[in-house]
Amino acid sequence: MTTIDTHSEISTSVVETPPGLLRRIIRQRQAKIGLVLTGVVVLVAVVGPLLLPWLTGYTSTEFAGRPFQPDGLFGTDNLGRDILSRFLDGGRSLLLFAVLATALGMLLGTAAGMLAAYQGGLLDSIIMRGNDVLLALPQLVFALLAITVLGPQGWVVVLVIGVTHAPRIARVTRAAASAVITEDFIRASEMYAVPRWKILVKDVLPNITGPLMVELGLRLTYSIAAIASLSFLGLGMQPPNADWGLMINENRIALTLQPWGVILPVLAIAILTVGSNLVTDAVARASATVEESK
Amino acid sequence: MSTLAQTIEQQTEVALQTNDLRVATTLGKEILHGVSFALKRGRMLALVGESGSGKTTAGLACLGYFRTGLEHTGGTVELNDGTDLLALSDAGRRRLRGGSISYVPQDPALSLNPAMRIGTQIMEVLRVHGYGVSEAARRDRLAGVLTDVGLPNDEAYQRRWPHELSGGQQQRVGIAMAFAFRPQVMVMDEPTTGLDVTTQALVLQTIHQLISTHAVAGLYITHDLAVVAEVADEVAVMLAGSVVEEGPCDRVLHDPQHAYTRKLLGAVPDLAGRRRIGEVAAVTGAVPIVDPNAEPVRAASVRRPAPNIVETSSLLSISDLRLSYGTTAILNGIDLELGRGESLMLLGESGSGKTTVARCIAGLNDGYTGSVSLAGKTLEPGTRQRSAEERHRIQYVFQSPLSSLNPRRAIGESIEVPLHMSGTYSRKQCRALVLEALDQVQLAASFIDRRPGQLSGGERQRAAIARALVNSPSVLVCDEVTSALDVSVQASIIDLLRTLQVETGMAMVFVTHNIALARHISQRVAVLHAGRIVDTGATDEVLENPQHSYTRELLTHIPSL
Repeated sequence: MTTIDTHSEISTSVVETPPGLLRRIIRQRQAKIGLVLTGVVVLVAVVGPLLLPWLTGYTSTEFAGRPFQPDGLFGTDNLGRDILSRFLDGGRSLLLFAVLATALGMLLGTAAGMLAAYQGGLLDSIIMRGNDVLLALPQLVFALLAITVLGPQGWVVVLVIGVTHAPRIARVTRAAASAVITEDFIRASEMYAVPRWKILVKDVLPNITGPLMVELGLRLTYSIAAIASLSFLGLGMQPPNADWGLMINENRIALTLQPWGVILPVLAIAILTVGSNLVTDAVARASATVEESK
Repeated sequence: MSTLAQTIEQQTEVALQTNDLRVATTLGKEILHGVSFALKRGRMLALVGESGSGKTTAGLACLGYFRTGLEHTGGTVELNDGTDLLALSDAGRRRLRGGSISYVPQDPALSLNPAMRIGTQIMEVLRVHGYGVSEAARRDRLAGVLTDVGLPNDEAYQRRWPHELSGGQQQRVGIAMAFAFRPQVMVMDEPTTGLDVTTQALVLQTIHQLISTHAVAGLYITHDLAVVAEVADEVAVMLAGSVVEEGPCDRVLHDPQHAYTRKLLGAVPDLAGRRRIGEVAAVTGAVPIVDPNAEPVRAASVRRPAPNIVETSSLLSISDLRLSYGTTAILNGIDLELGRGESLMLLGESGSGKTTVARCIAGLNDGYTGSVSLAGKTLEPGTRQRSAEERHRIQYVFQSPLSSLNPRRAIGESIEVPLHMSGTYSRKQCRALVLEALDQVQLAASFIDRRPGQLSGGERQRAAIARALVNSPSVLVCDEVTSALDVSVQASIIDLLRTLQVETGMAMVFVTHNIALARHISQRVAVLHAGRIVDTGATDEVLENPQHSYTRELLTHIPSL
């Protein structure tokens, strides 16, 4: 070639591969802290039930003595059950429900938001106005209504929290996707008559992971809080099951006498939310740097 | 001393001098390797270079400004009173910026505050720097500076919003803001890049006038050598952070010393087609057009189904193409014919509807009336309604290589998309075809696994062309494929397209606003103006004997070396 392609001449021809997403996440100090915090709580919630009654000598529903006594490591609760046993057994359902609800919300919200952004027109209006209606109902009130009607079962809680998350996620998705959809590579895919769902999954979705990750973190935190609140209100897990939200409610009357029954679950929930937020923030930042380096 | 001598002295007085200026990224990679140049009163220095050569970094350093992630590591920027701008505090630098040293950014639409009337925006500069003694004096200056840049200066005009102005007027407001405080130095960063040739000619004239009549020292940053020839007195050529050649405009452009300058100059397309900008000679009368009956000489490693459409003489024909958005008519009845193996240039300024025509051909814009037919068969308006065969035969290359490839997909995956959609190739065949297409656009096989982010603009455009070629089209529609690229990269892409056209015998519609490319790429030219074709014919005929006044106007305004 007689002409020049300056870039190949000037720039060092070595192509630097940026470090993988995982590496970029781990590299951040915040992510490390977040991972440790979340890891501790998740470990307690997952392994805890397996240690009973071997570790404390009691199962979570067994009576260890009289109510609110300083027996054992952290004392007894309102019905005289061992607090540590109940604490170890009480996190699993909360975590499971929170993750499932968030996943459901992300699935519904992302699908709705991308469809609205891509199709535009009438479908966009229908989806987004439907969203507005859902957004008008406070999440907890909606949950209370559904649980009162359908009964306080696990799947109802997951469904309700998931569905109430969806409109918020859909909004974020739609905003992020609208920007991507104006890009020429979407036109190119359309030109080659790539099926619409494939355009959404392969062209749009990978380019909006940044904002979606932020949303995922936020919604996971809200899910944990919402499910704990529902349990606290007596609409999530039912007694005599052990549950962190429920524990706070059961033991708050004796806060001055025997505070561990409240403090332990509150600490766990707080650490979990902070930790998961730190991690997802780090993920968002790591995936954003991919876009910047473009 | 006589006044005349004083004036002459003032004319050649150095207003700003950079000495061995070094700038590096905060990570330690040096961007500018000791750049020195002098800006003289009443003279314009053009800083020429390609993207990434550091010309904007050097220009901004004259304002004592460094973009985030860059830091000053050595050298000085001296004003004519001997102060080193880079030794001043932030506050000191801010006092100078917009006052004695001003800046005209590239995109006027982005640099004007859309929520402020233009008069207020210019007044803001005067107020901040404390021009004059009273508000009335500032008002006078505002009216004066608007006249200086050739805009109306009445109250009604001053009360306009930026969106009520055309691109050229917006850029003049930008220049007026920079000129309002009577600066000693004006730094202009590609101020005409986004403008049409006609508008560009007017803006360049304004700039030239301001510089010479008011004895301002100008620094004009650009990659367009033809523009340099129009405005600059002196030229400094930058390559990878160093000035490789410096001198008076005439000398540098007509007797370049450095090999890089010669390469740059060789890449500039010229209207007369004297220069070759690639291996394939420019299309002048002497060069025969592509033989329409020639067999494609492409090495077919994978057999493709032979097209079974009855061949007629004209490959693509467009008749009475009309399109309007609401009440605004974009296309007012376009008729075009494209022969087999022919290259047609569709020329027009922004807003003329040229991209819309191209998109209608490719089926990306299905709201038109009239007909587009391929080999005698009328095509459906939308690409999804067209048959796979029809989709293969017309391929489209997008304007911006930054946006036309999915950043999250490897190049190979992107190129494969058209093959997957035809659905008849195995994995192995796909890969073979992708490699072949990469080879055709002169990209190494290793590009198959790279992401667009790891490629330069020219490489990305090559990849985008490979995606269009992978299905062996008979018509390739290129929508301003070179407008986002540097001039030498543009030359290599034009060269590539010409070579491909000769090799494969495909027909090409080349949409552009750059008339200078005409002889390098096309056998026929159609000039589009306000949704109508105003001039059409063989390239030679149109360029030498333009029929329509608009074509003549375009030809006179084109900057040339």
